[in-house]
Amino acid sequence: MAGFFTSRLFFVSLALVIIAATLPLYVSGYVLGLLTVAFYFGVFAMAWDLLFGFAGEVNFGPTFLIGVGAYTAGILNAQFGWSVYLCIVLGALASVIAGLVLALPALRVRGPYFGLTTLVAVLMLQNFVVVFADLTGGEIGLTIPDVITINAGANYWIALGFMTISAAILYGLSQSPVGLVLQASGQDPVQAGALGFNIVKHKLAAFIVSAFFSGLSGALLVFYFGTASVGTVVDVAVGVNVIVSAVLGGRRTVLGAALGAIFLIVAGEFLRPTGELATFIVSAVALLVVLFFPGGFLGAALSREARS
Amino acid sequence: MRAFQILIDGFAISALYALGATGFTLIFGVSGVLNLSHGAIMVAAAVAAWAAASILGVGTYAGALIGVGVALLTAFATYFAVVKPIQDSRRIPNEEKEIFVLTGTLLWGIMIQELIAYFFTNNAKTVLPIVEGVVDILGVRTPSNEIFTAIVCCLVIALLWLLVNRTRTGKAVLAASMNPRGVTLLGLELTNIYIVVWAIYGILAGIAGVLLGMFLGVSSYSVGPLTASAFSIVVLGGLGSVSGSLIAAFVVGYLETLTAYLVSPAYRTIPALLLLVFVMYIRPQGLLGRR
Repeated sequence: MAGFFTSRLFFVSLALVIIAATLPLYVSGYVLGLLTVAFYFGVFAMAWDLLFGFAGEVNFGPTFLIGVGAYTAGILNAQFGWSVYLCIVLGALASVIAGLVLALPALRVRGPYFGLTTLVAVLMLQNFVVVFADLTGGEIGLTIPDVITINAGANYWIALGFMTISAAILYGLSQSPVGLVLQASGQDPVQAGALGFNIVKHKLAAFIVSAFFSGLSGALLVFYFGTASVGTVVDVAVGVNVIVSAVLGGRRTVLGAALGAIFLIVAGEFLRPTGELATFIVSAVALLVVLFFPGGFLGAALSREARS
Repeated sequence: MRAFQILIDGFAISALYALGATGFTLIFGVSGVLNLSHGAIMVAAAVAAWAAASILGVGTYAGALIGVGVALLTAFATYFAVVKPIQDSRRIPNEEKEIFVLTGTLLWGIMIQELIAYFFTNNAKTVLPIVEGVVDILGVRTPSNEIFTAIVCCLVIALLWLLVNRTRTGKAVLAASMNPRGVTLLGLELTNIYIVVWAIYGILAGIAGVLLGMFLGVSSYSVGPLTASAFSIVVLGGLGSVSGSLIAAFVVGYLETLTAYLVSPAYRTIPALLLLVFVMYIRPQGLLGRR
C-alpha cells in the first residue's frame, strides 16, 4: 500500500485529476455536462469491478443497485419534498439493503446461476417501476423538482470529487488485506475458507460497499438530470454499458473501470455524427479489446510497465 | 371456451420457446458456452426472411429458407469470430473464459442488433406466414399459422431427438457433453463436434426466429428480451438439460399466457420471473439440472 504513493500509477492519476479539475476554466458547458455523466458512470463501473474482479461474482444487474438508489432518492424528493441531501443518503441506504438482498442468492448459487438471478432482479425492478406508475412515473420517467445546483461547473466538480473519493476508497479497499481475502475467496472459496477466512462476511461486505457506491452515484445522477427514468438508470442496456466499461478499462484494476466508462461515454458522443452506427462502432471496438487485449486499457498499460 | 383458448395459444408460444431454448442449452451442455447473442441470431433470421419475401419477393418458402440460412451463417460467425478465439486465447485465464465469452457474445449480439436497426430500421416486421387462414378448434378461432408453428416446433424437436440419440454424429455430441476428454481419447476431434453443435444451434435458432417473425413479429428491440427468456428457461430447466428446457419452456409459456388472459397483459412476465427466483432459492441447479 505504501508503495502506491510513489508508484507511477499514483502520479499519473493525480496529474489526471488535477488536469480534470481545471477543465471548467476553459471548456464549454456541453463538454462538462458530458464528463459529469461519465464520472458518475465511472463510479458505477468501479463498484461493479469490486464485485466481479475481486469477489468473483458476475453481477449482470448493476442497474438493480443503481436503480434502487436513484428511484428511492427521486421518489422521496418528488412525493414528500424531503431535502436533496437527505434523499441522497436515504437512496444510498436503500441501495445497501438492495445489495444485501442480492447477496443472499450469491452465497447459495454461483456462476451463470447467480448472473441470471441478478438479471431477473433488474427485470423485476423494471416491471415494478412500470406497474406502480403513480409512484414512480412509469415509463415516462419521474420528474424531480429539486436539483443540487444548476451551475455546470459546480456539477462537474461535485461529480469529479465524488468519483475521485470513491476511486480512492475502492482502490484502497481492493489493495488492502480485505481486498486480498476477497480476491482469494472469489478464486477459490473452499481454500480461502480452509485458511480460516470468513468468506460470507467478506462477500457481504463487498456487496454492501459496491451497493453503497452504486446507489450514491445513482442518486447523485438523478439530481443532476432532474429526472429518473427506466432508460437512464434501470434498463439492462445501461447495465451492459457498465459491464463493458469495466472489462474495457481492465477488470480487477478498479481505476481502469472509471477510464473505460469515460471512454465509452465520450466515444459515444464523438461518434454521434455517424448516427445509428455509433453503438455498433463502440461495441465493435469493445469486442476487439476483449479479444486482443483481455486485460483492458489499464491492464495492458500496467503489464507493459511491469515488463520494462 | 376461454380455457381452450389459453390451452391452444399457450401451446404455440410454449413450443416456440422450447425450440428457441433447445439450441441454447445444447451449446451450453456440449461446450459450456452461454451464447448471449442468441436473441440477435433469432431476430437476424426473422428479418432476413422478411426482407427476402417482402423486398426481394422470392416467396414465403424461399424466404423462410434464406432466414434459416442467415441464422446458420451468423451462428458460425459467432463461433469462429468470437467464441473460438476466446476459448483458444492463452492470455485469458481459464477460470475467466466464461465471463469473457458472456461479454464477447453480448457485444456481438449488440453489433448484430445495431446493424439490423441501421439497414432495416427499428420498426416491427412480420414475416408473411407460410399458411394463412383461420381454423375453428373446439370453438376457438385459431390462425392456421399458429397451428403450423406448433407442429413445426414439435417436428423439429423430434428430429433433434432422433439425431442426438440415433445417429453416430449425435452420439458423439452426447458423449462430448458428458466427458469431452473421453471423446478426444477415442479419436474424435472436439472442434468438429463443436462445429456440428453450432450448426444444429444455428438451424434451430433460425427456425425459431422465422416462426416467431410469422407468429408475433420481431424488431431489433426484441433481441434483449429473447435472449433473456431463453436464458431464464434454460436455467429454470437446468443448464445443459434438453428435457429440462422443454418442460421449463411449457411452464413459462403457459404461465405467461395465463397471466396475460386472466390478469393483464402488462403483468405477463412477472409470475415467470417470480417462479424463477423461487426455483433458484430452493433448487439452484434448476428442475432437471445435475451438478
